[in-house]
Amino acid sequence: MWRYTVRRILQMIPVLIGTTFIIYAMVFALPGDPIQALAGSKPLPQSVINALHERYNLDDPLVVQYAKYMANAFQGDFGETFYGQSVTSALESRWPVTLKLALVAWVFELVAGVTLGVWAGLRRGKFTDRVILGGTTLIIAVPTFVVAYSAQLLLGVKWDIFPVAGTQEGWVSYILPGIVLGSFSLAFVARLVRTSIAENLRADYMRTARAKGLPKHRVVVRHLLRNSLIPVVTYLGVDLGSLMSGALVVEAVFNMPGIGQGIFQAVQTKQGTLVVGVTTILVLIYLFANLIVDLLYGVLDPRIRYE
Amino acid sequence: MSNTQSGTAAATATTGGTVAGRSASLAGDAWRELRRKPSFIAGLLLLLLVGSMAAFPSLWTSREANEQCNARMAKTGPESLNPFSGSEHPFGFDVSGCDYWAQMVHGARAPIVIGITVTLVALLLSVLLGSLSGYYGGWLDMLISRITDIAFGLPFILGALVVLTAFPEHDIWAIVLVLSAMMWTTMTRLMRGQVIAAKDQDYVHAAKMLGASDLRVIFRHILPNAIAPVFIYATLNIALAISAASVLDFLGVGLDYPSLSWGVQLADAQAEFLEHPYLMVYPAIFLSLTLLSFLMLGDAVRDAFDPKLR
Amino acid sequence: MTELTDVSKTGAAGAHHPLLEVEDLHVEFRMQGSTVRAVNGLSYTLEKGQTVAILGESGSGKSVSAQAVMGILDTPPAHVTGGSVRFQGQELLTLPERERRAMCGNRIAMIFQDALSALNPVHSVGIQIAEMFRVHRKASRAEAKAKAIELMDRVRIPSAAARFGDYPHQFSGGMRQRIMIAMALALEPDIIIADEPTTALDVTVQNQIMKLLAKLQEEMEMGLILITHDLGVVADVADKIVVMYAGSVVEQADVEELYARPGHPYTEGLLASVPTLASKGQRLVPITGQPPNLAAIPSGCAFHPRCKRATDRCPVEVPALREPAPGHLSACHYAEEVLGD
Repeated sequence: MWRYTVRRILQMIPVLIGTTFIIYAMVFALPGDPIQALAGSKPLPQSVINALHERYNLDDPLVVQYAKYMANAFQGDFGETFYGQSVTSALESRWPVTLKLALVAWVFELVAGVTLGVWAGLRRGKFTDRVILGGTTLIIAVPTFVVAYSAQLLLGVKWDIFPVAGTQEGWVSYILPGIVLGSFSLAFVARLVRTSIAENLRADYMRTARAKGLPKHRVVVRHLLRNSLIPVVTYLGVDLGSLMSGALVVEAVFNMPGIGQGIFQAVQTKQGTLVVGVTTILVLIYLFANLIVDLLYGVLDPRIRYE
Repeated sequence: MSNTQSGTAAATATTGGTVAGRSASLAGDAWRELRRKPSFIAGLLLLLLVGSMAAFPSLWTSREANEQCNARMAKTGPESLNPFSGSEHPFGFDVSGCDYWAQMVHGARAPIVIGITVTLVALLLSVLLGSLSGYYGGWLDMLISRITDIAFGLPFILGALVVLTAFPEHDIWAIVLVLSAMMWTTMTRLMRGQVIAAKDQDYVHAAKMLGASDLRVIFRHILPNAIAPVFIYATLNIALAISAASVLDFLGVGLDYPSLSWGVQLADAQAEFLEHPYLMVYPAIFLSLTLLSFLMLGDAVRDAFDPKLR
Repeated sequence: MTELTDVSKTGAAGAHHPLLEVEDLHVEFRMQGSTVRAVNGLSYTLEKGQTVAILGESGSGKSVSAQAVMGILDTPPAHVTGGSVRFQGQELLTLPERERRAMCGNRIAMIFQDALSALNPVHSVGIQIAEMFRVHRKASRAEAKAKAIELMDRVRIPSAAARFGDYPHQFSGGMRQRIMIAMALALEPDIIIADEPTTALDVTVQNQIMKLLAKLQEEMEMGLILITHDLGVVADVADKIVVMYAGSVVEQADVEELYARPGHPYTEGLLASVPTLASKGQRLVPITGQPPNLAAIPSGCAFHPRCKRATDRCPVEVPALREPAPGHLSACHYAEEVLGD
């Protein structure tokens, strides 16, 4: 188990380096001199430009720049923006917004997705199943930003059930955006659970459970669900990371000052360090979520061996 | 010597024939099953409809894209919500005053081309890399798997956003390139797993013992038996690629003017959403119906090919 | 069909109810547009301490009939369409769902063929045995665990207490089947239905498991319904044999009688295809042809396409289950001739 964990962490390193380097290279290959972009139309004195180039290692070859940046990043210093603010503090107020948003979305997709999936799986081929299946297909088919705008218009503006935008009203303002953000994954979770339930319903051990004379709810909860939900854990675990990096669209529609918006602005103002910093953190979250899921898998399914 | 060789060839031919025969009958069963499925028929018809718009827009409208526009008519909604009312502009006008129906028809090509091309590229890559990785294993597998991990680990939207900001020209092919670079990973992993499972089957061992070359083993024996799930995922992938392209359009890093696509129309409509919801409703319906048709086809095909759940 | 009851054991007919009476049981599989008759009029009785073997090839309806008796058919597609199953005189088929469920495991228990798939892979074997006490006897966790370990000991699992927390995949095939047996015996049921309990095992292990089962049956005076395709297994343990073919009973008799004088060409064929000491040096004769496809059962006598004795009458007329000799039933037009040979 420990050997496995260590090996997995070692395997993460090339992935982390690869992803961040790609982003780093891309960001610093953005056309136009970032220093000049920062200054706008006003010409900067050459000495200032030189100083800034020096400070951000802009004159080194790309690989060296990257190596220097990552060396600092691993000491917790993700660099400074061109405004002189550290990357960590520039986004300090933004992380909680995205985290809360992703969390609401995640809980929603977990609860609603599993419930709908179990319901459909137990009634496979019946009316309920078809409605749920059709509904999830529809959710996947309608682009998230259309769902977001429609939800905002109907539930926010017209019927005034939820706050229209912003984060002023605490957790309440996260409900609607969270549901919208989670809806896409909800459809996948529901389908995954449905298939898994339908497959496990035919398993021999389900027949054994009935032959043991167990009450119906016990057969379903202890024997069917426990087995059927194992594959869903993988999806849900990894999805928390995807929700955070995918929150961009929802944050834009609901005007929430989250990480996504921060990145968007950073990309457009060519603030490379900011983009790379955030990417590094997001990739780290994704990698660790993956590792935790894999370890959890072994706890849930005793047949899994870690070699 | 020549005797042995011809014997080997004959034996290989027989094994190959059996495999092909079996997959043919499986496909035949699936086809019979599919023809009776209303969702499959509906998906096919929808796709035919949208496909004909993409291929032959002149069948559906006499106007060219971005032509005969009248700025004075900009943001004028349809006279009637009934698109068959016989009005000359059944969908009204877009933000630049162009006939919205004509723009809608011309907006079909980009998403369809993007969805299909991205998936074809991804399919090609995944079959190639997945088979190599799964069949040969060892350091090659290690290398391909790590590269797959890296591409898979890149935050999707973020990656596309950065790349597209780096390249100023945003025509269809730029979008195809970026999305292909992001979307080959899942299918490659799927393919690799399938190949690993298939290469341990007895018929593969038999073919190898009879002296079939690696290439022949992969193409005649492994791929035909391993590729079905990848194909099924590919139909879903078309929908996902179209959807992703529309998100890029929405974020303003997608197709540039004068390219038309439903995504761009949706992006243009956002600012007007509260006052002129129809601007968003029409492209949303077209886009969603297209995605729906691919999803329904994918579902139907998967059910038909998965006898376990039939 | 009351004449089926073994008079010597029943004594005077009347107040006595056999442990289990299955009468004219019918089970159908209904799938999109087509109906398959899996069990077609099965009748037998089982007494306390007795072993009835139901013998047949795959697709003969033997397992389906057992699941119908147990009340664990997958419905849909399977439906019990007629007949009666009485446990100590009480009709089970019309019993409300809850009461039926309470019977399962408690009064009637079942052992399945493939213990690896029949045991839940994500729960430890101990927990799965203890679950019987927890659910049916409302035992405490500790009590249930103690009883489960006691049972594991009884089915001779080495160092039972230490293996309580192990998972099914960590046991060998024979040990897993012992776990299945322990689970079935947990509440000391009156009837055990064993569905091919040894088919998935090595021959040497088969023997141990059958002996264990027979011994425990004797100790607990249970009725045992043994479902198998293996004549070799049957001979040692069964009292009575019901032979099924294509969903119907073709022959039924006491074990010695059946072995000595088979009354149906199918049984005759089965016996000829099994090596015995007596047949040493002789050529074994397999039954030709394929087991019947239940979706397309041959007309008349279902066995006629494979039968060496078939005449023009066989494809046309369905043979009734008759009693050509006392206590010996056969569904062959020529049962007397077969018996005579």
